[in-house]
Amino acid sequence: MVNPRKNRRYQHNKGDLFFKGLALLCAASVPLLMAGILAQLISSSSLSLKEFGFGFLTSQEWNPVTEVFGALSSTFGTIVSTLIAMIIAVPLGLVIAVFLVELAPPKISAFFGGAVELLAAIPSIIYGMWGLFIFAPIMADHVQPFLDKYFGFLPLFQGAKMGIGMLTAGLILALMILPYISSVSRDVFNMVPTVVKEAAYGQGATTWEVTRAVVLRYSLRGIVGAAFLGLGRALGETMAVTFVIGNSHRISASLFASSNSIASTLANEFTEAVEPLYLSSLVELGLVLFLITVGFQSMAQVWLWSIRKKLAD
Amino acid sequence: MNAITQKIPGDSRISSRIHVPDSGMIPSGGAAGVMIKVKNLNFYYGKEQVLFDNNLDIKKNHITAIIGPSGCGKSTHIRTYNRIHELYRDQHATGEIIMGGRNIISAAVDPVDLRRRVGMIFQKPSPFPMSVFDNVAYGLKINYKLKKGELAYRVEQALQRAALWEEVKDKLNEPGSALSGGQQQRLCIARSIAIEPEVLLMDEPASAIDPIATAKIEELMLELKSKYTIVIVTHAMQQAARVSDYTAFFYRGVIVEYGDTKQVFTNPKEKRTEDYITGRFG
Repeated sequence: MVNPRKNRRYQHNKGDLFFKGLALLCAASVPLLMAGILAQLISSSSLSLKEFGFGFLTSQEWNPVTEVFGALSSTFGTIVSTLIAMIIAVPLGLVIAVFLVELAPPKISAFFGGAVELLAAIPSIIYGMWGLFIFAPIMADHVQPFLDKYFGFLPLFQGAKMGIGMLTAGLILALMILPYISSVSRDVFNMVPTVVKEAAYGQGATTWEVTRAVVLRYSLRGIVGAAFLGLGRALGETMAVTFVIGNSHRISASLFASSNSIASTLANEFTEAVEPLYLSSLVELGLVLFLITVGFQSMAQVWLWSIRKKLAD
Repeated sequence: MNAITQKIPGDSRISSRIHVPDSGMIPSGGAAGVMIKVKNLNFYYGKEQVLFDNNLDIKKNHITAIIGPSGCGKSTHIRTYNRIHELYRDQHATGEIIMGGRNIISAAVDPVDLRRRVGMIFQKPSPFPMSVFDNVAYGLKINYKLKKGELAYRVEQALQRAALWEEVKDKLNEPGSALSGGQQQRLCIARSIAIEPEVLLMDEPASAIDPIATAKIEELMLELKSKYTIVIVTHAMQQAARVSDYTAFFYRGVIVEYGDTKQVFTNPKEKRTEDYITGRFG
């Protein structure tokens, strides 16, 4: 076989050289953009960085009147609401994908697959309005009383049942990221080599055993990718969360309580922030969100790298 | 070998096979020597029929080769023996495949149970995404409750019988996919024989590996036939001639000729068999 890279004819082809340069430029623009955004975030938040230092991350105080700002409650809300969404959407999305690929007849699979993907096409403002006007009352009248009755001994499910709050935001987020997780997982499952699946069935394995030992193992890298696609979206989701989270700067043990997230705080307060320090603090919140997202993604990459031997692909 | 099988208490399926007579003792063609009896097997992909009234007696502890040009239904035919075709909704078979006195393609037979008794080796080496050890241990784990020591013992025995132990004993924890193609294929054979099947189906097992590895696998097949009944699909006619005792020639979904390998290759009864073997078509 001739290696095209080593083939002299290709090196002197102007069209190829041009295309190679163009591709390189496009690829390089991604890290450049990332670096640019990071630099801009840091420079625009310099005032707040100087004023509060590291304490910005650990302070719960958020008072525009006295101009004392801390990111803890927003950061907490972002992470907890995302966590709730992930705990619900990842297993549910995987089960949907297994159903679509391994269990459902092709026609039903195509129908449900399309329906799930449609969820992703709904604008987030619709989720927000639906969440506030339809879903929150259901939460207040049925779901929260139920949780209080049976799990009320846990601090998580105590307090006023207003419908809106951390739990509602987490559930709406779960619904929003579900299509990403299930449709990416479905595509990944479809790429498992048929012969390996047949070999596992040939060993006397049941559908569940094949799914667990072969399909899920083979797809692990892709599943993590799917989960992080959902995670990234949940961390930054703004509109829907702002509608249902309640928007109060406090940390509560109860998931029923009003809370806030970084994105919802930015959406709510950007127009009011006229003081330079206030504005700078909001930008620093954005910086924190950026770092959380990058941090989670990096953790996933490191973890995948550390188990690469077990993945064996 | 008996020592291994007796290690599993309460498994009558295995202990009943302990005293399998040596292949030479089975009168070829005698009813007692028939492992699988195929009667009027028809096969359909959707509405399209691809196998037509196949009748075949697979002899116990012998190697039966299935030859024929591409697309003649060789693979389709053996894929009914463990009902792997049922994974696909549009494929179905009619007729009878009698094994152990039962029609294995009837709904009354559990395909999961059947596949434990009828192992399959595929054209492409297909290691599971796990370590060499776990590749062999997987079938044992899902089919039997074994203690750790017994599991390790049976994995080693299977790898030894597949003539792979010496090459992999120091890399049992490495992924199966890290082995060479020929080693992977023997790993798949080890994996299949670990769960003590009665029949081994091989669907062009050597077509994706090099000649030296192929020779090893052929040698292995000759050793394994004392314990298992082997059916091999191949389009390498020399391979069929080298390893098999019986040969069936398929053409367009019909079994044109079936008989002693020597007779089929040296003195075919049918004109079409002769044409194929002498390379006039195919």
